[in-house]
Amino acid sequence: MTGRDGTGLDGNEMVLNMGPQHPSTHGVLRIVLKLDGERVKSTDCIIGYLHRGVEKIAENRTYTQFAPYVDRMDYLAAVSNGLGYCLAVEKLLNAVATPRAQAVRVILTELNRIASHLLWLGTHALDIGAITPLFYTLREREAVLKIFENYCGARLTTHAFRIGGLQYELYEGFEQEVEAFCGQFLPKVDEYEELLSGNRIWRERLRGVGIIDAETCKRYGVTGPVLRAAGVGWDLRKAQPYSGYEQYEFAVPVRTGGDTLDRYFVRLDEMRESVRIIRQAVANIPAGPIMAKVPKVIKPAVGEAYVSIEAPKGELGYFIVSDGSTQPYRLRVRPPSFVNLQALDHMAKGALVADVVAIIGTIDIVLGEVDR
Amino acid sequence: MKRFLRRFLLLDLLEGLWVTFRHQSPSQIATEQYPSERPAVSERYRGAPRLNVHPETQETLCISCNLCAVACPENLIVVGSVRNPETKRKDLVHFTYDLSRCMFCGLCEDACPVDALELTQDFELASYTREGLIWDRQALEEGPRPTQYRQ
Repeated sequence: MTGRDGTGLDGNEMVLNMGPQHPSTHGVLRIVLKLDGERVKSTDCIIGYLHRGVEKIAENRTYTQFAPYVDRMDYLAAVSNGLGYCLAVEKLLNAVATPRAQAVRVILTELNRIASHLLWLGTHALDIGAITPLFYTLREREAVLKIFENYCGARLTTHAFRIGGLQYELYEGFEQEVEAFCGQFLPKVDEYEELLSGNRIWRERLRGVGIIDAETCKRYGVTGPVLRAAGVGWDLRKAQPYSGYEQYEFAVPVRTGGDTLDRYFVRLDEMRESVRIIRQAVANIPAGPIMAKVPKVIKPAVGEAYVSIEAPKGELGYFIVSDGSTQPYRLRVRPPSFVNLQALDHMAKGALVADVVAIIGTIDIVLGEVDR
Repeated sequence: MKRFLRRFLLLDLLEGLWVTFRHQSPSQIATEQYPSERPAVSERYRGAPRLNVHPETQETLCISCNLCAVACPENLIVVGSVRNPETKRKDLVHFTYDLSRCMFCGLCEDACPVDALELTQDFELASYTREGLIWDRQALEEGPRPTQYRQ
């Protein structure tokens, strides 16, 4: 459809570039908005500003050497990325991590889920205009990052897991520190609820914004909290348990509205469930070795493996093709943020410009993972 | 009626404000006043690399096995050695570590069989030049010497 002036727009339409420097696009996402007044007629995501060619880098590194790079995709959930990668290589090797390593992996990934959701909550609230929660969520996140630092020596790009298990034994007082965090964190979630859930401005601002139904979610391949807020209780930790998740008792929070407010509630409930899992796991960490019997030089047989895990943002998958050498022949990542971002156009159609900010925030994208 | 009163008196906003005021106590401040108050990093912190020397003889512990250079994903370690004809061992000649490309993953540290190469708790690595980030053997043995500013 070409307009009279040859721009592809009719007389009432306007094009607005949002990003890549816009702070509420959570990174370097550029969105070309086609507007009719304040209403969004269509959105066009332009990605790639943070492309580093991670999948290509993988082809030039050994399996062990590539492990630190996965932390730099979803840098808010580096531990989950590490878990997904390690599980994929272990599947290629037909190796299974020891029970002790599995329990520690579960604790750390769940802590990472809390940290990721906390940062999401703080920045999402900041986008909407509530500044206070950011300070509190970042303070609580600091406690999680301190545990990571004490355990593996880095706060963000942790490189906590190795293929076959763990590199580091638990430090003295790990259990107490995690337990103390869980104890003081649960009341904090209620506090966020007090700040936001009851707040009329917050509710009015989010209710009915960016609605997506279950069918559309499935068609786009959307996973994670966005899918669960639309009424589908799909969680890979329950659906195809990995790393010993079948031993733990937890619920999958589901809401039916599919709007921004419900996604907020789903994530809050997920943090509570994560605390439940962590408490069960910390209570009985099995004794034993932390490293399974894995050859020093990792050289899987010819073949391919796909492993997906439930990262904080949705299904995170690693597909590795091995040609029998020490380096992957091809490595492909299925990042949740990238797939979930596709649904933005559907959610934002007909919304106001200010709602686009709320919708991007609620999909919870990390551009490091979208662009890779 | 109750709902009307809640709306009229803005109780939901007051509840939120009450949370805000509950957090005013200075004991809950998490901010670190960095240059004057130095953060205590953990024991396992992966910071500046160090090439350990024997505490008494001051001889390097490095046996020039090159395993760290092989393990490094970024290929930023260069180990130079010559074969000593008397002891039949390799003597370390030079050791460079390019910190500008380092991502502190700790793989070199894990690979070292004699605990000669270690990532330490030093975290102040800023340099005015790119060349300043390429550390030679001397810099690696001494560790970083950040400028201490005093008032």
